[in-house]
Amino acid sequence: MIPAAFAYFRPTNVKEALTLLDQYKDEAKLLAGGHSLIPLMKLRLAQPRYVIDLGRVRELEYIRESGDQVLIGAMTRHVAVETSDLLRQRCPLLAETASVIGDAQVRNMGTIGGSLAHADPAADYPAAILALDAEMRAVSSQGERWIRAEDFFVDMLTTALQPGELLVEIKVPALPPRTGTAYVKVAQKASGFALCGVAVVLTMDQQGVCQHAAVGITGVAPKAYRARAVEQALRGQKLDASVMAAASAKAAEGIDPLEDLHASAEYRAHLARVFCRRALEQAHARI
Amino acid sequence: MTRTTIEVTINGMRYRHEVEPRLLLVHYIRDVVGLTGTHIGCETSLCGACTVLLNGAAVKSCTLFAVQADGAEITTIEGLGEAGQLHPIQEGFWMKHGLQCGYCTPGMILAAYQLLQRYPDPTEAQIRHGIEGNLCRCTGYQHIIEAIRYAAEKLRSQKV
Ligand SMILES: Cc1cc2nc3c(=O)[nH]c(=O)nc-3n(C[C@H](O)[C@H](O)[C@H](O)COP(=O)(O)OP(=O)(O)OC[C@H]3O[C@@H](n4cnc5c(N)ncnc54)[C@H](O)[C@@H]3O)c2cc1C
Ligand code: FES
Ligand code: FES
Repeated sequence: MIPAAFAYFRPTNVKEALTLLDQYKDEAKLLAGGHSLIPLMKLRLAQPRYVIDLGRVRELEYIRESGDQVLIGAMTRHVAVETSDLLRQRCPLLAETASVIGDAQVRNMGTIGGSLAHADPAADYPAAILALDAEMRAVSSQGERWIRAEDFFVDMLTTALQPGELLVEIKVPALPPRTGTAYVKVAQKASGFALCGVAVVLTMDQQGVCQHAAVGITGVAPKAYRARAVEQALRGQKLDASVMAAASAKAAEGIDPLEDLHASAEYRAHLARVFCRRALEQAHARI
Repeated sequence: MTRTTIEVTINGMRYRHEVEPRLLLVHYIRDVVGLTGTHIGCETSLCGACTVLLNGAAVKSCTLFAVQADGAEITTIEGLGEAGQLHPIQEGFWMKHGLQCGYCTPGMILAAYQLLQRYPDPTEAQIRHGIEGNLCRCTGYQHIIEAIRYAAEKLRSQKV
């Protein structure tokens, strides 16, 4: 369990980090919390020659309000998201999601930027990021751009980030009125990763009709996805248990579920349907 | 291979060493500094036996490079109380049979330390959530929970 040797750099700001990235290109790896990268390096599945540690890039550690959005720096640790009063009030879905990542030690080190950039198919954040229609800001020496959640996750362990690009910020919307959210997951026993995790955002109008429904599901498919058929079945409806149950039956529609020693494809699809219903019921009860 | 100089404070003592960047913090603590109270259980980030406090936060020292800890304050099990004068958490594990083989204990105690700082009067659910990252193959956890509850009471009574 000894990683291959590498040269180590510790920039203190984004500009230095980008210069190093440009210099060493695909021979370099960014190190954020290290809780996905270091396990891979110990197994020598990753053997970067250069490691660029973002641990001292303090300008990327913040959670702040900007109009009706909340901005989160990429190096913000899971524990800071979990315990942020601002997020608990304005975007409780993200705080709730962070609170069930791995365990206390993992949450002390892991970062939101590292988790999103890694795009593990069983990671928790992607479900919430999709359901919230969050946006990711990437910078490179060439400039910067915003990437929508749905364009960000490309495939298993693959995002829209290009070589030389650094994920610096995540933008999530503050909750509108009459909105309820929930994240529920069933965890793989040893690691805590999601066998299935469902994030829900529901907004009702004054008459109690569902105006907006967004459902993000992780752990089930090679990448987290929006359950569009479920959302369609909810929009424009008065929500009761039977409407939500009928909609949840569509949670794995059009999906080719993952299969591994922890869960068969069939079981994962089943979990998606069951946990979708539970997440909907919880979000609805919180409105 | 290039080596990097790091300076850390462990249990109040300053250390300065040249290390390879790939050296894991747990190997630094055990093999370079010589503090072997911190155990290696799985080496795959799952068991929590290697838990230490890094600037007050519980971390799995097998999942950190020593260079990441440069400049940090670290607390290992050796830093909590001493022979004849146990820390209340250690006393709780003693009084409530919170250990059998003892392999998980250093990590368990440091995870409990952070837990009690965050929740001085934790519920059972908070205790269980707080030690989720620490596996014990012996006790079945029940006595560990009682040990942490004992420590919580003792620490609170010491404060007033
Ligand atoms: C025991 C254990 C249990 C876990 N359980 C869960 C769980 O239940 N749910 C869950 O979601 N996750 C879980 N994780 C993963 C954890 O959340 C990681 O912290 C996270 O996936 C990666 O974040 P990091 O900051 O540690 O990134 P790192 O490991 O440092 O980096 C991950 C990847 O992202 C790249 N990267 C990092 N930052 C940036 C950036 N700003 N811009 C561009 N690229 C970047 C790195 O180069 C690397 O390729 C677990 C991990 C462990 C060890
Ligand atoms: S030895 Fe570090 S988590 Fe098991
Ligand atoms: S006491 Fe033996 S592993 Fe916990």
